Amino acid sequence: MATTAAIPATGAAHDASSESGLWSWIATVDHKRIGTLYLFTALFFFLFGGLEAFLIRLQLAQPNQHLVSAEFYNQLFTMHGTTMVFLAVMPLSAAFFNYLIPLQIGARDVAFPRLNAFSYWVYLLGGIFITVPIFFQVAPNGGWFGYAPLTTIQFSGGMNIDFWVMGLQILGISSLAAAFNFITTIINMRAPGMTLMRMPMFTWMSFIVQFLLVLAFPPITIALVFLLFDRFFGTQFYAIAAGADPLLWQHLFWVFGHPEVYILILPAFGLVSEILPTFSKKPLFGYHVMVYSGIMIGFLGFGVWAHHMFAVGLGATADAIFAMATMLIAIPTGVKIFNWIATIWGGEVTFTTPMKFAIGLVALFTIGGISGVMHSSAPADTQQTDTYFVVAHFHYVLFGGSIMGIFGGIYHYFPKMFGRYMSEKLGTWHFWLNFVGMNLTFFPMHFSGLLGMPRRIYTYDAGQGWEKFNLASTIGTALLVIATLVFVINFLKSRKGGAPAPNDAWGAGTLEWSIPSPPPDYNFAEIPVVTSRYPLWDLKHPEMTADLAHSGPDAMTITDAHATPVHEETGHKTAAELGIPMPFPTVKPLFTALGIVIMFGGLLFMHLDKFALAMTITLGGATLLVGSLYAWLTSPLE
Amino acid sequence: MATAEHTHEHVHYTATGLDNRKIAIWAFIGSECMLFASLISTYLIYKGRSIVGPFPHEAWTSPAGQVFKPILNIPVTSVSTFVLLMSSLAMVLALAAVENRGKPGYVGTALGNSKLWLATTAALGATFLGFQAFEFTSFVHEGLTIRTNLFGSSFFTLTGFHGAHVTVGVLWLMTLLFIDFKRGLTPKDSLIVDICALYWHFVDVVWIAIFTLVYLIK
Amino acid sequence: MTDHQHADHAHEHPTWTQYKWVAIVLTVITAFEVWIYYTPFKDSPFFVPLLLILSAVKFAIVVLFYMHLKYDHKLFKALFTGPLIIAMCTITALLFLFSKLKA
Repeated sequence: MATTAAIPATGAAHDASSESGLWSWIATVDHKRIGTLYLFTALFFFLFGGLEAFLIRLQLAQPNQHLVSAEFYNQLFTMHGTTMVFLAVMPLSAAFFNYLIPLQIGARDVAFPRLNAFSYWVYLLGGIFITVPIFFQVAPNGGWFGYAPLTTIQFSGGMNIDFWVMGLQILGISSLAAAFNFITTIINMRAPGMTLMRMPMFTWMSFIVQFLLVLAFPPITIALVFLLFDRFFGTQFYAIAAGADPLLWQHLFWVFGHPEVYILILPAFGLVSEILPTFSKKPLFGYHVMVYSGIMIGFLGFGVWAHHMFAVGLGATADAIFAMATMLIAIPTGVKIFNWIATIWGGEVTFTTPMKFAIGLVALFTIGGISGVMHSSAPADTQQTDTYFVVAHFHYVLFGGSIMGIFGGIYHYFPKMFGRYMSEKLGTWHFWLNFVGMNLTFFPMHFSGLLGMPRRIYTYDAGQGWEKFNLASTIGTALLVIATLVFVINFLKSRKGGAPAPNDAWGAGTLEWSIPSPPPDYNFAEIPVVTSRYPLWDLKHPEMTADLAHSGPDAMTITDAHATPVHEETGHKTAAELGIPMPFPTVKPLFTALGIVIMFGGLLFMHLDKFALAMTITLGGATLLVGSLYAWLTSPLE
Repeated sequence: MATAEHTHEHVHYTATGLDNRKIAIWAFIGSECMLFASLISTYLIYKGRSIVGPFPHEAWTSPAGQVFKPILNIPVTSVSTFVLLMSSLAMVLALAAVENRGKPGYVGTALGNSKLWLATTAALGATFLGFQAFEFTSFVHEGLTIRTNLFGSSFFTLTGFHGAHVTVGVLWLMTLLFIDFKRGLTPKDSLIVDICALYWHFVDVVWIAIFTLVYLIK
Repeated sequence: MTDHQHADHAHEHPTWTQYKWVAIVLTVITAFEVWIYYTPFKDSPFFVPLLLILSAVKFAIVVLFYMHLKYDHKLFKALFTGPLIIAMCTITALLFLFSKLKA
């Protein structure tokens, strides 16, 4: 597997990790710094989306309340969904992609460091673009799925939906750029001996997610282009009077939307697959099956979209096919659950905070998975569509699944990122408050849903049997608010005041734990030659990996000047001292991202009847985009 | 996606021995398959659903008695299709000229003239765009705009998206041509030409699909 | 070493003769497609399948020879064919769902 030799660097390297201050962050192209930026930004949006949810729950605590207006309620639930999906969970996963993938595969950075910075800036600016309108009560109000024709200008005048259409378009660019980057990184930047079937499970699940992103975002891009054209240029894609099909949007949206569900959950699955073996002191059970089931989930994910549309009447054949495909997808998912349980089984289990969250995911995701199987039956789903039962289901998989997994990942990798542990005591409080609060919020929704309470209504009459369930949900949400506050305090305090963490904070087996915490900007002073799936356990606890396939280091041809057998790195030399070339910091990706956002933003003025101004701003943005892109592509990386 | 002038001395280690940029462009092309699949699906779904004309293959008389001919101009589009196909030939010759710079049979011959072939490819691409501009304007004169009916909306968006891709390709080719004039493209630069070529051919195969599905099949 | 083979393999391009023949085949097929469009065969039930096959052939030879996928690393084949298959399945499924195709 070895290949072209790397000729040692020419010198002129500099050390970016020691630099601090605003500029060093704005111009950074270091995957770890970009990962950290993603983490902070996404956590901020997570809090923001949570606040929106809390307002929703306060409004629904009792019948016939008027805490917020119906119009503002529409904006709240739209932005809650949009924020959590596109601005919180996906970027939280992206934070881990950025931070962990290069470390786990033994690379010094991602394949395209500047493209990586570009992805982050597009995400940040797009996030601001779509979030700010809520302060002026002109936030998007058509639901996170923005069904056309409801979102066409005929039924949704005003600029609300414009922000949504263009905001999602901008965020899509960020996700796509990042996906091309990580596909290339995982294929091509692996250390010698790091074969595909030795990659840590988080990297594997991320790899699958990148393909889902690459294939799922184009359909929504096109659906959004149609909507944008309908709203701004008078096309008729969603104009029913002109013969358009009211289901076109729904199909294109869910061709994206269902793979998107796996985009949200698979990274959390990957994190859990790192945490469980670490704290069970056992290699992951059924590694190959875990990989194949992940691929299977990803592939089948493209063939089940119409189960979101059973209620529209697709006909018996289509319903049957999509119902069966949906049931089929439960198999690889169930396989994963059993593999995790088998991983814990017979292990030397320690119940640290990350472990608690990981086990929480296994339990809660299973509940959400089972209600998912209920939805796959078209007749049952027809009853449940658009009720709170569905809300209960997808919060079990997204909160109980993705968010629990991501919290577990944060506790697990915090010591690596900041060199300090988070407080176990506060972490335990966080976990239990979160666990109880989450169940108290979402479990009653199964009942209110089956009793017929529809989604997206801003208030309801008394006497329909919904009161106590709604009150319970609201109390649960209050617990979640407290839980999240505990987490925020823990997070902020531990960054400076947590107990110092060594290289290998938890006794884990993968490469990221062989280097200092936090890692130096070059990651690995010497690229390790990997000989098994858990290289660090080979080094420290060979008995734990005795059953796994190994290839001796002698079988490996080490051609890279810096490659050595797996070892722990403790040195704190700078990149310059080691002669490792580092990419130059640059703001060109930021300006390219800014160009894109200005280009889209300019179109907004068309709806204010300022055509010339709109075109000036849009063309100005396009010029900035093209100019900084050329400047970026013609300047050397390092 | 890649530096146009990647001229470092040292070669980075890669796990497959392949260049990062080539992997990225193929992943990008895979993604583009889904983009055009969505556009083509929509065009086909809306085919024959327009309430008012003009229509692509059938004549239409408006309630006011105005007669519209079938609007697609097959002879003109056949010529522009041919132009785009030939641009792909010029593109592979440009790549071969860069890769084989200095080899016998390429020195001092037309076959080794990368500037000629890059310029030809760009010019043929621009010609295709000229045909498209002609087609669009004549459609507008015949009463079909992007707002007229579902056919107009889906036709102009699909072919317009393709045209935008051709435009990016022409700019890309002109950038390569500029570099070739400035410092000369050598076999070391094969990769940046190859990446552009892959994009260009992909845009060509998309047109092969569009020409059949939109223009020839009723 | 395997990678050197890959690297050499990647540069093993088709030759000028092949380029020429591909261009000729593309031209001939296109000319044939346009010609048949003006014949009575246009109304035959085999017209559409024939055109789809012909354009698939054109598509394939451009991808295999001009994009030299036939001669390139298998990774690139996978990166292209995987998405292409999903894209074609999606088109087909959508056309069925909108009753443009009958089972």
